[in-house]
Amino acid sequence: MTGVMTLYQTSIGKKVVMAVTGAILLGFVFVHMFGNLKIYSGPVALNEYAEQLRYLGKPIFGHEQLLWIARVVLLGAVVMHITSAVQLTMQSNSSRPLPYSVNTRTQPAYRYASYTMRWGGVVLFLFIIFHLLHFTFGVVGYSSGQFVNPHGGVYEVYNNVVYGFMNPIVSIFYIAAMIALGLHIYHGTWSMFQTLGISNEKVSGTLRGFAAALALVIALGNISIPIAVLTGIIGLS
Amino acid sequence: MDLRLRIWRQKNKNTTGKLVTYELPGISPDMSFLEMLDVLNERLIEQGEEPVAFDHDCREGICGMCGLVINGVAHGPEVTTTCQLHMRHFKDGDTITIEPWRAKAFPILKDLVVDRSAFDRIIQAGGYISVSTGGTPDANAILISKESADAAMDAAACIGCGACVAACPNGSAMLFTGAKIAHLSHLPQGQPERYDRVRNMVQAMDAEGFGGCTNYGECAAVCPKEIKLDVIARMNGDLIKSTFLSSGTRKMGPNATRNGK
Repeated sequence: MTGVMTLYQTSIGKKVVMAVTGAILLGFVFVHMFGNLKIYSGPVALNEYAEQLRYLGKPIFGHEQLLWIARVVLLGAVVMHITSAVQLTMQSNSSRPLPYSVNTRTQPAYRYASYTMRWGGVVLFLFIIFHLLHFTFGVVGYSSGQFVNPHGGVYEVYNNVVYGFMNPIVSIFYIAAMIALGLHIYHGTWSMFQTLGISNEKVSGTLRGFAAALALVIALGNISIPIAVLTGIIGLS
Repeated sequence: MDLRLRIWRQKNKNTTGKLVTYELPGISPDMSFLEMLDVLNERLIEQGEEPVAFDHDCREGICGMCGLVINGVAHGPEVTTTCQLHMRHFKDGDTITIEPWRAKAFPILKDLVVDRSAFDRIIQAGGYISVSTGGTPDANAILISKESADAAMDAAACIGCGACVAACPNGSAMLFTGAKIAHLSHLPQGQPERYDRVRNMVQAMDAEGFGGCTNYGECAAVCPKEIKLDVIARMNGDLIKSTFLSSGTRKMGPNATRNGK
């Protein structure tokens, strides 16, 4: 019997950490995307959704309790995911001191996603920071008076989103980040099955298909919102 | 065929090497890649120069001794060993860049020859089964399903050439180590030591300075024995089980060990 720390000390153990924390984050982004789609049901539905999130887990959890637990778990998952990624990247970088003078990829183009994981992860990290400063705190990307912080039962989330995406530069950055997210999810989800020992020759094709479907649904679901705002399908309430 | 070769020349372990260009006219497309290098070496010897050192042994694609990175691809443009690659895959006038396997765990000894004893140390850490001496066991006394036998045989096809490490952008030895672990993990004979084996071999692999796996799949794409990425999933799963199964609940005994499921 060996401890979890012994597992973590191996390169595979660090990948297990990435797989498990990645699964948590994947679950979050899917639910987050699905919740965001309420914007198509109109301002009342989205603003109510924002308010009801504070009562998640009622009656076991009080006002904002489960929300804060989720935030702490997500933050912990992000920290562990990035820590393991940095450790593994350093290990890989030191494994070949002298690079080849000719480098040829033998992999087909659809494996492109596997080459975007590291810098794509950095893009996603910067995106998360911007996203929080933007839609959560309203300190970047808005003209004065546009962003309304939730206060005293007033939720103007719908207008916050529309104002936010009316800025085309912000929208383009969001769309680019969602493409990076899609590639990260596609390779990350399949890698998760591989790392946890679930994949084998019989099911790997199915698992790849599942990963691709999940990546497409999440990326396209999110991308549709800034496009809907820019094209005027969704306007201010 | 007239060729221009760019070959990595390095005097020994302690010096730095460089690519040296050689013109090599009059090569037959029917030659193997190593025969082409033999021709080069004969001409170098005639000119009083030091021949290019490269590893080779059986030249039948089964021993795992040869291995060169040819134009950035381990074992070159065909999915086979370097010795079984033929010059008909190249065109007259081609420039061919030939480099050794590059990995911290595979130090270059001379020119294109690398020291792969890191693989031997991984095997020593657990790539075996312990057998009690005694009478010869009856043939077919232990039943193995066709499915398990095939899976074990596919993994056992690994000849330890090191192309997986050479091709991996991370310099990872996961395909090699995974093949050796999956081979025994699929067989009843491998069960008693299954979870100690995976732990010891993975730790030995990491200690050699190989990189981690990020599932690029470059290893499986160049493997001359077409080992699949499945062996890595098998190793990952076994390592996780070795952590979370207490020794009492590990699959032991005849009933649990059939076919290595």
